[in-house]
Amino acid sequence: MKAGSNLEKVLAAGHFAATGELGPPKSADREVIEKKAGYLKGHVDAVNITDCQTAVVRMSSISVGTMLLGLGLEPTIQMTCRDRNRIAIQADLLGAAALGIKNLLCLTGDHQKFGNHPRAKNVFDLDSMQLLQMVKAMRDEKRFECGEEMEGREPRFFIGAAANPFADPFEYRPHRLAKKVAAGADFIQTQIVFNVPKFAEFMKKVCDLGLHEKVYILAGVSPIKTLGAARYMAKFVPGMDVPDEMVRRMKESPKEKREEEGIQICVEIIQQVREIPGVAGIHLMAIEWEEAVPEITERAGLLPRPQV
Amino acid sequence: MIVAEQKPLDEIKAMIADYEKILIVGCGTCVTVCFAGGEKEVGILASSLRMATKLDGQNKEFLEATVQRQCEYEYNEEVAEQIKEADVILSLACGIGVQTLTEQFPEKLTLPGLNTTFLGQPTEQGVWAERCQACGDCVLALTGGICPIARCSKSLLNGPCGGSQNGKCEIDPDIDCAWQLIYDRLKALDKLDLMMQIKPVKDWSTGRDGGPRRIVREDLRLEAAS
Repeated sequence: MKAGSNLEKVLAAGHFAATGELGPPKSADREVIEKKAGYLKGHVDAVNITDCQTAVVRMSSISVGTMLLGLGLEPTIQMTCRDRNRIAIQADLLGAAALGIKNLLCLTGDHQKFGNHPRAKNVFDLDSMQLLQMVKAMRDEKRFECGEEMEGREPRFFIGAAANPFADPFEYRPHRLAKKVAAGADFIQTQIVFNVPKFAEFMKKVCDLGLHEKVYILAGVSPIKTLGAARYMAKFVPGMDVPDEMVRRMKESPKEKREEEGIQICVEIIQQVREIPGVAGIHLMAIEWEEAVPEITERAGLLPRPQV
Repeated sequence: MIVAEQKPLDEIKAMIADYEKILIVGCGTCVTVCFAGGEKEVGILASSLRMATKLDGQNKEFLEATVQRQCEYEYNEEVAEQIKEADVILSLACGIGVQTLTEQFPEKLTLPGLNTTFLGQPTEQGVWAERCQACGDCVLALTGGICPIARCSKSLLNGPCGGSQNGKCEIDPDIDCAWQLIYDRLKALDKLDLMMQIKPVKDWSTGRDGGPRRIVREDLRLEAAS
């Protein structure tokens, strides 16, 4: 065991994992966290807490992670390279580990141009690959990035990384995943999968490289709530591949039944990716729609979650 | 070259509001080539300011001069007499030129007429693009001659992020994804193995993060100075 988290144990035991996601509020409201946590508890093995996703200021990932621990959920904190240099990242991770957080997703981070502070100065002292290396060295070699040895307890995280099978260059993506594994990733959560055949093609290359035996790969899934959201993701989100068929299904569904259709599509995708060799679980991102999680996990046959 | 562009006229007018006799000093090097602060631009700006300030009912005098290279003292000596006559200097050089005049003629205030934007090249007539960030530790040998520090929006060193699509950067459809360019280039050179290796954490201390930089070449220094 690297960190002995629930997620790590579920995966190590060979169960098909299910992780969720919780977007922190743009305020200091603890109640929002409690409410969202209620929808997720018991339905997933661990909950990702985004780190100011799309560069919008929100309650910090580590603080929400600590709240989730208190509420009896296992957090996976996210750490991006956009806002912190190697000094701040290491300091925050020491604190997160001391607070009892055991899962960590290492990301480069969305550019601040997309957020609510586009005039901010960014950091990008490290990239996600180097962040993975640093975190692994802190855990396995007990040393800081500078090489200095750590006295006392080292931060032990089950280390995650992201992969986008749909971004370009498509043929490079499995190799980039291989780099992340070499850098230290224990598990991978992918970009939201809507185009299942293309994801299967990606996974075939990943398996050909033998990566599925070295890292747990969780396929990202998400329910589409509205026709507008489907169209927006299809047209305007770089690195997102939403087939016309999905947009058509949302469009042809009566307006009052679109949420149901979105959930149905999500359930179908979960069932499809589960059959793809090398997929160890799913990462369900019901962004600002956490209340859909119980129904999706139930209908996809993911409940009850294993007790390990 | 150093690429710059002229500040908005209103901003320049506000800067020179308190002065009557203004010497505009252009530079014959980089900013001439990028049509921002050469002899021609000095003439155009002087005319524009004469008209604009006259319309505002102000009585100002604009003198014009252009030196070969404003970042070196010896070229600026040519305008020493004109500087004496002026109330203020409006430099149409990059920030280096402005500061050279400031150091060389401390009795006069030198104002910047340009915004120094980046180190780059003209990619086509009328278009300039950034190519170097002067990080002090060149990585071009590892990236097929395309700089990810200057040209990737996140200065990534280990390949394209998830926002690379159709060869473009997620932050702007007019910006090429540097890592797509690097990938294509290394593929053509049969050197894709360079993209399979992890590039370790970069030492940014050779860049601006290490504090203001200077180079001392003992082999070039004059006896008296050393």
